[in-house]
Amino acid sequence: MSDINTIIKPENIVYKRTDVLSDNDLSYCPGCGHGTVHKLIAEVIEEMGIQDTTIGIAPVGCSVLAYNYLEIDWQQAAHGRAPALATAVKRLMPEKNVFSYQGDGDLAAIGTAETIHACNRGENIVMIFINNGIYGMTGGQMAPTTLPGMAASTCPHGRDVSHDGEPIKISEILAQLPGTCYVTRQSVHTAGNVRKTKKALRKAFENQAANKGTSLVEVVSNCNSGWKMTPIKSNEWMEENMFPYYPLGDIKNEE
Amino acid sequence: MAKAKGAIVVDTVKCKGCGVCTTVCPTKVIELATEVNGKGYHYAYMANPDACIGCSNCGIICPDTCITVYRAKAGATA
Ligand SMILES: Cc1ncc(C[n+]2csc(CCOP(=O)(O)OP(=O)(O)O)c2C)c(N)n1
Ligand code: SF4
Ligand code: SF4
Ligand code: SF4
Ligand SMILES: [Mg+2]
Repeated sequence: MSDINTIIKPENIVYKRTDVLSDNDLSYCPGCGHGTVHKLIAEVIEEMGIQDTTIGIAPVGCSVLAYNYLEIDWQQAAHGRAPALATAVKRLMPEKNVFSYQGDGDLAAIGTAETIHACNRGENIVMIFINNGIYGMTGGQMAPTTLPGMAASTCPHGRDVSHDGEPIKISEILAQLPGTCYVTRQSVHTAGNVRKTKKALRKAFENQAANKGTSLVEVVSNCNSGWKMTPIKSNEWMEENMFPYYPLGDIKNEE
Repeated sequence: MAKAKGAIVVDTVKCKGCGVCTTVCPTKVIELATEVNGKGYHYAYMANPDACIGCSNCGIICPDTCITVYRAKAGATA
C-alpha cells in the first residue's frame, strides 16, 4: 500500500479531467455514453487548442443541457434544428469551429430534413450523432432507429417492421450525399473504442479546419434507463444487437 | 524493463457507481464499494491496488470523468 502513495504525485499523472469540462455534475444516468462522448469532445478541443473558437449547438433530448458541461460557447436549438442553426453560425462566423450534438430522435426523426439538407449543402460543420435507438429523454419511446423486435414504451412487444418499417441507417444515407466528406460510426463501450472515437472526432474537426465539408461522427451508444438494463448489461446488449445492424467503422472517408 | 506501476484516485463524490470502469481494467483492480456516497451510489475504489498498471482505460471510459490515473516512471519505484 505504501507504494501507492509514492505513485500518487502530480508528476506521475497520465490521465486527468480536462479543464474544458465544467465542474457541473452531468445530468445523465449512471453509465450513459453521452458523458463519455462529451469528455472526448472536450479533450479534442483542448488538444487542438480551440476552446475559445468553438461553438457547440445543443439539441433537444437528454443532452439538452450539454451547454452546462463544456466550457465553450453554445447555442441551443429547437428539436431537430441543430444542423440549421449550425449552418447559420458557421456561415456568419466561418472562422469558428462549429459542431452540432444530436440524438437519434433529434437527428434522424424530427430533424431529418435539416440533417439531410445540411449534409447535402456540404455545410462546413461537424455533426456528432448519438444513436441509442430510442427517445431517451422522454421515457424510452420507439425511434426510427429502434431495432426490429426491440421493446420500447410505445412498442412494448417490440418493433414490428411490417407496421413501423425497418430502422433507418441515416449515416449510410448521408454518406451518399456529395456534401459529406467523412461519415463514420463508432462506440464508447470499451477503452479501445473510446480511443477510436476520439481519433474520429479529431479528424472531423480537422476536416472543418481544412474546409472539407460536413463530417458526421455517429456513436452507437447505450440508453440503460430506456432499455431497462444495468449499464454493464446495456453495453453487452449493444454489442450483440446494435452492432450487427449498425456496423462500426468508416462509411465514407474522402482524403 | 521494469513493469510500470500505477494508481488511480476516484472522485467518490462525482462517481455514479455505474461499474463501467470495472469492465475495462485489464488487471481487475476496481470494484464498487459496499458503502454509498452522498448521492446513494456504490462508488468505485481500488480493491486490488497492487495490480494497477496505470493504463488509463478506466479514466478514459468513465462517463463522469471522475478517475485520475498515475503511473510511476519506469524504474522509479520497485
Ligand atoms: C418540437 C418538439 N417535439 C417533441 C419534443 C419532445 N421530445 C423531447 S426529447 C425527444 C426525443 C429525444 O430523443 P433523442 O434525440 O434520441 O435523444 P436521447 O434523449 O435519446 O439522447 C422528444 C420527442 C420536444 N421537446 N419538442
Ligand atoms: S435516459 Fe438514456 S440517454 Fe438519457 S441519460 Fe439516461 S441512459 Fe442516457
Ligand atoms: S466509470 Fe466512473 S462513474 Fe462509473 S463506477 Fe467507474 S468511476 Fe464511478
Ligand atoms: S489504470 Fe488501468 S490497471 Fe489501473 S485501475 Fe485503471 S484500468 Fe485498471
Ligand atoms: Mg436517442
